[in-house]
Amino acid sequence: MSRIKNTFGKDKVLIAFVTGGDPNIETTKRLIRAISAAGADIIEIGIPFSDPIAEGPVIQAASARALAAGCTTDKLLDMVAELRKDIKTSLLFMTYANPVFAYGKEGFMKRCAECGIDGLIIPDTPYEERDEFAGVCSLYSIDLISMVTPTSADRAKEIAKVGQGFLYCVSSLGVTGVRDKLTSEIANVIKVVREVSDIPCAIGFGISTPEQAKQMVHYADGVIVGSAIVKLIAEHGVNSIEPVAAYVSEIKKAIRGTL
Amino acid sequence: MTKGRFGIHGGQYIPETLMNAVIEVEKAYEFYSKDESFLKELDYLYKNYAGRPSLLYYAEKMTRDLGGAKIYLKREDLNHTGSHKINNVLGQVLLAKKMGKTRVIAETGAGQHGVATATAAALMDMECEVFMGKEDTERQVLNVYRMNLLGAKVHPVTSGTQTLKDAVNETMREWVTRIADTYYVLGSVMGPHPFPTIVRDFQKVIGEEIKAQLLKAEGKLPDAVLACVGGGSNAIGAFYEFIGDKSVRLIGCEAAGRGVDTAETAATIATGKVGIFHGMKSLFCQDDFGQIAPVYSLSAGLDYPGIGPEHAMLWEKGRAEYVPVTDDEAVAAFEYLSRTEGIIPAIESAHAVAHAMTLAKEMTSDKLIVINISGRGDKDVAAIARYKGVELYE
Repeated sequence: MSRIKNTFGKDKVLIAFVTGGDPNIETTKRLIRAISAAGADIIEIGIPFSDPIAEGPVIQAASARALAAGCTTDKLLDMVAELRKDIKTSLLFMTYANPVFAYGKEGFMKRCAECGIDGLIIPDTPYEERDEFAGVCSLYSIDLISMVTPTSADRAKEIAKVGQGFLYCVSSLGVTGVRDKLTSEIANVIKVVREVSDIPCAIGFGISTPEQAKQMVHYADGVIVGSAIVKLIAEHGVNSIEPVAAYVSEIKKAIRGTL
Repeated sequence: MTKGRFGIHGGQYIPETLMNAVIEVEKAYEFYSKDESFLKELDYLYKNYAGRPSLLYYAEKMTRDLGGAKIYLKREDLNHTGSHKINNVLGQVLLAKKMGKTRVIAETGAGQHGVATATAAALMDMECEVFMGKEDTERQVLNVYRMNLLGAKVHPVTSGTQTLKDAVNETMREWVTRIADTYYVLGSVMGPHPFPTIVRDFQKVIGEEIKAQLLKAEGKLPDAVLACVGGGSNAIGAFYEFIGDKSVRLIGCEAAGRGVDTAETAATIATGKVGIFHGMKSLFCQDDFGQIAPVYSLSAGLDYPGIGPEHAMLWEKGRAEYVPVTDDEAVAAFEYLSRTEGIIPAIESAHAVAHAMTLAKEMTSDKLIVINISGRGDKDVAAIARYKGVELYE
C-alpha cells in the first residue's frame, strides 16, 4: 500500500497545499517543515505554471511570484530530496500537464521517486487522458491522484475504480479559492464512489475556516486546504512560517476526533 | 488514443469540472451536425445574414505587378462583421441555442471573434460576455465599443501577459463557475475535443467555395492556398477541402513578430515544441520547463503561443507548410494591397499577403495562387499609423 493511502484510516486526514518557491525556495522548505510539525498528514507542493487555468486569483498570483523569483521544477525536486531526509509526511506534487510533459514524463517520475515524492495531481488531465501519465507513474510507484467534481455524475464510478492514493473531491464548481458558503453537493458524488471503491476521499476547493473543515470532513476521510494557506504566505512572505503553522494546527484540531 | 486526435495531437486535457460540459457539447454536435433542419438553418444564415458565398477576386494589378503566378483573393473580409469569424460563431451560437443555453462566453484577441460572437448573440437573443486581454482592449478600443453596442459585456483580462492566451485562460475559468446555462464559443480550431473539429467544420465552407469558384473561373485547382495562422481557423477553413488534392500546396503564414531569432515572436511551428495546454496536445512556444512563452506579434489575432492540433498534424505529415512572416513584412503587405488593389486587409491576413508577394514571383504565370483575406483592416488603421510613427487625432 502506498504511503499516501496508509495515511488514511486512523483519523481524519489534513492535506495542506503550498505553492513551491513562493516567495522563495528557502521559505517553502521552512513552511513544509512547519506544516508537517503542525499536524498536516499530506503536503501538496505546487510546481508553479505560467497559465494555471484551474486556479483562482490567490494561487495564480502565488505561481507568478514563484516563477518571478526563479523557481523551476529542478529546484523543487532538489528541495524535496533534502526535506525527505527528515520528513515522514506524504509529499505530493500538484502541477499542470505541460511542465511534466516538457521535463520528459519518464525523467520526471524517476526524479520524483528518487527525491521522495509519493503522488502527483495534474488538474488538466482528466480520466479520459489519464493514460498520458498513468503508465510512467506506476513504473515509478507514484500515485496519480484523480479528481471528482459535483458534475462528474456517472463518470465518478469509473474515476474511482482507477484512483490511486486518495480521491480529490472538488467541493463545488469553479476554480480554487476561498468561498464564503460551501454546499454538500459533493457528498452525493462520494456516495456513488463508495458503491464501487474503498479509496479514501478528501474534499478540497473553498475550505478556509475550521468550521468549514469540520463541516466538510463529515462527508469524507479528509480535507484539503490550499488558498487560505497561500493567502497567509502572500500576506507575510518570509515571515509566514508562524501564522501558517498556527492556522494548520487550528484546522487539524477542528477535524481531529471527528472520525 | 483518446477522442479528438489528429495524429498524436488534440485530446481533452481539461479539468474534471469541465468534462461534463464538453461531453454535452460533443453529444449535441454529433446530433445537430447530421440534422437536416439545423444545417438548413445555418445555410440560410450564411447566405442571408453573413453574405456567403464570399467573392473570389482576381487580383489583376497585383498579379501584373509581381509578374509571376496569377493571384486570387478569397474575400472573407466582405462577410458581415468583417472577417471569417462569423462562419464559426453562427454555427456555434445556433448550436448553443439548440442545446437550450441562454448565455455565451468567448475569448478574443483582436476583437474580431468577440464582435462576431456578440453579433450572433444579439441575433439569437443570447446573453454574451467576452474576455479580452487588457493590452488588447487598448490596442483594439473600437472593437470593445462595438461589442458594447451589440449588447455584450467585455471583461478586460489583467492576468499573465494580458493577451489572447490569458483571455482563453479566463474564459475557461469563467466556464467552470457556470456551465448549466453557458456555452463557451471557442474562436479557433483549438482547445479540447470537440472544438477543433466543430470550428473546422464551420469554417471549411471557405475552401469549398474557393474550389468551386476557381474551377468555374479557371477550370483547374489552385497550385497554392495561403492563409495566416494564429490558432489557425481561417487557414484550416481554406485548406481542408484541398487536403486530398496533393498537387495543391497549403501554406500557413505565422506571425514572426520581430523575428524568429528574437524572443518577440509568436511563430509556433518555427520556434515551438510539442506540449499540452489549453485542452490540447499540440505545438507551443515554451521554455525548457514547459512554461508557456509570453509571445509577441503586432497582430493581436495571431499573438498566441500555440497552434490548432490539426495544423500540428498537417505539418508533421508534411502536407502543409508553415512560414514565419515578421511585423515589418506584414505592414509592408498591408500597405501594398491597400494601394495596389484598394483592399485594406486585416493585419493578420497581411501576413499571408506578404508571403504570397515573395512566392508569386518564384512561380510562372500559368500557376494559380489563392490568398485567404480572412478579415478587413479597418480595425488596424490606428495601430498601423502608430507603428509608422504617425499620430492620429479624432
